[in-house]
Amino acid sequence: MKKTDNSNRERHQKHYSPSTNDYSLNHGIVETKYYTYAHPPDELELESGEKFGPVTLAYETYGTLNESRSNAVLILHALTGDAHAAGFHEGDRDPGWWDNMIGPGKAFDTNKYFIICSNVLGGCKGSTGPSSTDPKTGKPYGLNFPVITIKDMVNAQRYLTDYLGIGKFLSVAGGSMGGMQALQWVVSYPDRVGSVIPIATTANHSPQQIAFNEVGRQAIMADPNWNDGDYYGKELPAKGLGVARMVGHITYMSDVSMSEKFGRRFKDIKKPFKFSPEFEVEGYLQYRGDNFIKRFDPNSYLYITKAIDYFDLSNGRGLYESLKGIKTRFLIIAFKSDWLYPAYQSQEIARACKLAGVEAIYCELSSTYGHDAFLVEVEEQSHLIKHFLERATRDFNQA
Amino acid sequence: MISIRPDYKAILELVTPGSSVLDLGCGNGDLLTLLVSEKKVRGQGIEIDDKALFECVAKGLNVFHDDIDTGLAEYGDKSFDFVIINQTFQQVKRPDVVMREAMRVGRKVIIGIPNFAHIKARFQMFSGGRAPVTQALPFEWHDTPNLHFLSILDFIEYCSKRTIRIEDSYFFWKSRRVWIFPNLFADTGIFVIAE
Repeated sequence: MKKTDNSNRERHQKHYSPSTNDYSLNHGIVETKYYTYAHPPDELELESGEKFGPVTLAYETYGTLNESRSNAVLILHALTGDAHAAGFHEGDRDPGWWDNMIGPGKAFDTNKYFIICSNVLGGCKGSTGPSSTDPKTGKPYGLNFPVITIKDMVNAQRYLTDYLGIGKFLSVAGGSMGGMQALQWVVSYPDRVGSVIPIATTANHSPQQIAFNEVGRQAIMADPNWNDGDYYGKELPAKGLGVARMVGHITYMSDVSMSEKFGRRFKDIKKPFKFSPEFEVEGYLQYRGDNFIKRFDPNSYLYITKAIDYFDLSNGRGLYESLKGIKTRFLIIAFKSDWLYPAYQSQEIARACKLAGVEAIYCELSSTYGHDAFLVEVEEQSHLIKHFLERATRDFNQA
Repeated sequence: MISIRPDYKAILELVTPGSSVLDLGCGNGDLLTLLVSEKKVRGQGIEIDDKALFECVAKGLNVFHDDIDTGLAEYGDKSFDFVIINQTFQQVKRPDVVMREAMRVGRKVIIGIPNFAHIKARFQMFSGGRAPVTQALPFEWHDTPNLHFLSILDFIEYCSKRTIRIEDSYFFWKSRRVWIFPNLFADTGIFVIAE
């Protein structure tokens, strides 16, 4: 058996977070803020027709809103992301999830733009979700939390942006589920979005994508600790959530990136054979899976994956019908090795733009990182986004 | 303006101000940029090369990372005033399909080709016995993106066989306009065609 020097944790970090705490390169110490609204009887009306409130959204901002309020950019996070997109929280070793893209001089330049990122409705990182306390019962919502959709997430963010005094965004951007929200923003509030950057995403979830999410959900629900979602304050369905996370991680990488990262290398273990992780890839997935419970609520995973599966921007019509008459300019980015959200799905969005006569850029980047590429491929994305935002700024000021 | 390429100059004069333009194989976007700034056109490019595409985005252009052999299908009939195929027609896999699609999508098609029968190319073939490398055909045989080698006469004949009407034509040798024997003296031809 081969020995390896790096632990999986270190390997992973090499790709995901710059191991520097040099604050001149990022936004320094940041804090999550909270906005609570939709108090009864003025509750938020959900797509299902149900009324829900109060709603708290956790959010962070970076940069300064200019006097004409024309430099606001909304960043939208993916399935397990949060409001902490950039900078460091006091005492933290790792920066926010898109710190390599947001900061002074970066793609989303905080010297120029006012960046907002909020945790989605249904999340578990400060926004109201199934793990929040239901004011009616004094206990966590659990499965009493209402069904939510991407449209509901966007609608909830709309109230936050009203509160922050943003009438119209210079741009709205996000990868994966963040891209779905970005697209939904354009369709729900076309007059409030100057430009949009959907990355590694789709206008609707394919059966294969729904299938992967369903495996994750079944893993959680098969965990005896799940207890119909009523596990708060008790033993958590950690193993079920862990398996869901393992499936997720497989779909975020590519064949090539897995081969490069793990090969067929063995972990350094000398225990007798008992199906404990032997290959590095097994160890990595288990490590990721086991640790996920520390930062994510299993019920949130169920609700959010379901929202993703329901997502269909075309709403039963041709996609281009949804985009007709829209003045928002698109920058659509896909990655060649992304098999979870394959480039053809981004091409469908580009095609709909063509048909609808919407101004658009479509770019397919070469990367071997699979779906994770949107978090990792900084240089080319930065080039595209920087220039796109410059043009968006010119257009915005002319409008 | 300093030294605009002659083919660009010709195209610039042909395009109506304020019109919509689709540039097939727009390269680094120089021509589209010129059209946007000088003629205030609504421009869209299609380009397959990554680096060229990045340059287009840096110039603020709308561009699709796509193959022009297949990238036109979604556009409605006559959805652009002009479709430009400049120096890319000889590079597409299926010229017939691209031509048909360009004419369907555009009210007018402006097409620019390098002339394989230019005197310098002929000279290199006949006396040197080598595949020609000229200003209009700058590639060596092993690294050329050109799939089809055609002359100005070939193109004219191609159009007449398909009842494609050539409305206008311009011929150049380097930066000079060529008026006589274009198939011999011009290294570039620009044609405006319609059904």
